[in-house]
Amino acid sequence: MAERILTEEMENAIRALFPRYPTRQAVTLPALHIVLEKLRYVPPQAVVEIAGLLELAPSQVQDTLSFYGIFPQDKPHGRTRVWVCRSISCALRGSDELLQQLCESAGISPGGTTGDGRVTIEIAECLGACEHAPCMLANDELHHCITREQGEAFLRGLK
Amino acid sequence: MADFEPVLMANMQREDSHTLAAYEKAGGYAALKRALREMQPKGVVDLVKRSGLRGRGGAGFPTGLKWTFLPQETRGPVYFCLNADESEPGTFNNRVLMEQDPHQVLEGLILSCFATCATTAYFYMRYEFPLAWRRVQAAIDECYSAGYLGSNILGSGYSLNVYLHRGAGAYICGEETGLIESLEGKRAWPRIKPPFPAVEGAFRRPTVVNNVETVACVTHIVARGAEWFRSMGVPPDPADPRDPGSFGPKLYCLSGHVERPGCYEAPMGLPVRELIDRFGGGIWKGRRAKAAIPGGISMGLLRADEFDCRLDFASPARYGCLGLGTAAVVVLDETVSMVDFLHNSCRFFAHESCGQCTPCREGTAWSLRMLDRIRAGRGRWKDLDLLLEIGDSIGIIPGSTICGLSDGAAWPIKNAIRKFRAEFEDYIRQSNPQGYLETAPVAALDSTGSH
Repeated sequence: MAERILTEEMENAIRALFPRYPTRQAVTLPALHIVLEKLRYVPPQAVVEIAGLLELAPSQVQDTLSFYGIFPQDKPHGRTRVWVCRSISCALRGSDELLQQLCESAGISPGGTTGDGRVTIEIAECLGACEHAPCMLANDELHHCITREQGEAFLRGLK
Repeated sequence: MADFEPVLMANMQREDSHTLAAYEKAGGYAALKRALREMQPKGVVDLVKRSGLRGRGGAGFPTGLKWTFLPQETRGPVYFCLNADESEPGTFNNRVLMEQDPHQVLEGLILSCFATCATTAYFYMRYEFPLAWRRVQAAIDECYSAGYLGSNILGSGYSLNVYLHRGAGAYICGEETGLIESLEGKRAWPRIKPPFPAVEGAFRRPTVVNNVETVACVTHIVARGAEWFRSMGVPPDPADPRDPGSFGPKLYCLSGHVERPGCYEAPMGLPVRELIDRFGGGIWKGRRAKAAIPGGISMGLLRADEFDCRLDFASPARYGCLGLGTAAVVVLDETVSMVDFLHNSCRFFAHESCGQCTPCREGTAWSLRMLDRIRAGRGRWKDLDLLLEIGDSIGIIPGSTICGLSDGAAWPIKNAIRKFRAEFEDYIRQSNPQGYLETAPVAALDSTGSH
């Protein structure tokens, strides 16, 4: 029996959403978000426990999870998770160069996390902020029209 | 045109425009109060039908007509899904609405739910909009406190709950049945239609799915009337009996190589050139334009000599584009390589294909591999014909897929190669002088990691 991963707080937050939907399965994405926010990843054991709460087979939750690109399962993403947009409006204003520069400065490849767990750099398709190209999302904050200097300063400022 | 008064963006200039206090001070929720007092749901549906409002999410389906597809008598709930999964490259008008004026969206949502007799609404917002998420959640909370949401709204006997539901980074969730599958907790694989959502949608119940800007328009139609809405825009083309016209105000997104990218409001039918020059301050750095996407990357490309194209539901197709889409214009200046543009487009669709239909899953991935090979200096002229063959055979228009994602993947391929073929041929001949005329099958490159 693997050690339980979901805390009582997480379970209560998940259960509190049940009345919003006519099926338990509809709580799958909200539950995955709750776990991701707390643990910065959704390990297989969490999938099993979510399935238990939602009265689903673990494979059903895993099937849904694996369709979406934002739930890492092996290890937590960095304390700051950066999404660098690479779609057309950002690409026209230098997002490929920005992504390359950030990855080189941090010493990682896209999708990777620094050894100290400070930052994960991900590639994103259109972030819906094309008037601010090139843009990136760092946790809950959108960064606008990022220059080379701002990219460097951003990485230096991370805790 | 000169006397056009913005309505969708009117409140955004005010301080704290995202709060209930600012919205009410500007006359907000007056339309809702009046509708709940004086109108029946059917009256709102008829009003929206008469206005000629067409969906702002990309397909342009008449909104009032969509609502009338709901069964007249049904026992049990009708669900309303607000599509805030805005992910079409170049598009950000919904984000601006939700961040700057969430109450305008909510008033329209409540009116639309009242019209369709829905008592539960799911506000499906993409994962990557954290500020919009916070603002909309705060606005929903304000609405419950003020009695605009919950049971017996303003003493009318009508009750409505709105729940925010967060996506997880998948473009396909903007397709209405993909959204419904995702809402139900499954992979967002679009459904075969019929049945359409109005008959069998979320949780197998009658369901309406509308875009954020669409419901924002409903607020103003109820406030100002159908004739006001029809007083601007483009009337139906007399030569096309199926064209219902393009009426009302529109939020245009402008990005790419212009001096002032941004979201701008003008009547339907604004010419691309006017959007770029008058609103966007022209092409950046004093350069010339080469091409523009007319309405999100799925719609294809206009050449610079096609910028007379008006941004209404009918015009872009006359220039060989797929349609108006989201009216998001992305401008490419003269320095842009069309090979790079098409590579970016193919990469996007290969990444976002949901994988359900083979022609889309394989076609988008294959087109990306070919563009990778071309950019690696191993392209052949024959590849251009193969790319066009993919472009002509994937999508709901040729009838090979369930949803329109791969029509969106096909159009940039078809427009870019057919409108800029000489540039592609030059690029391939110069980068592969030994092999550009080869026609024998070639092995795929090792993964280049661009997927």
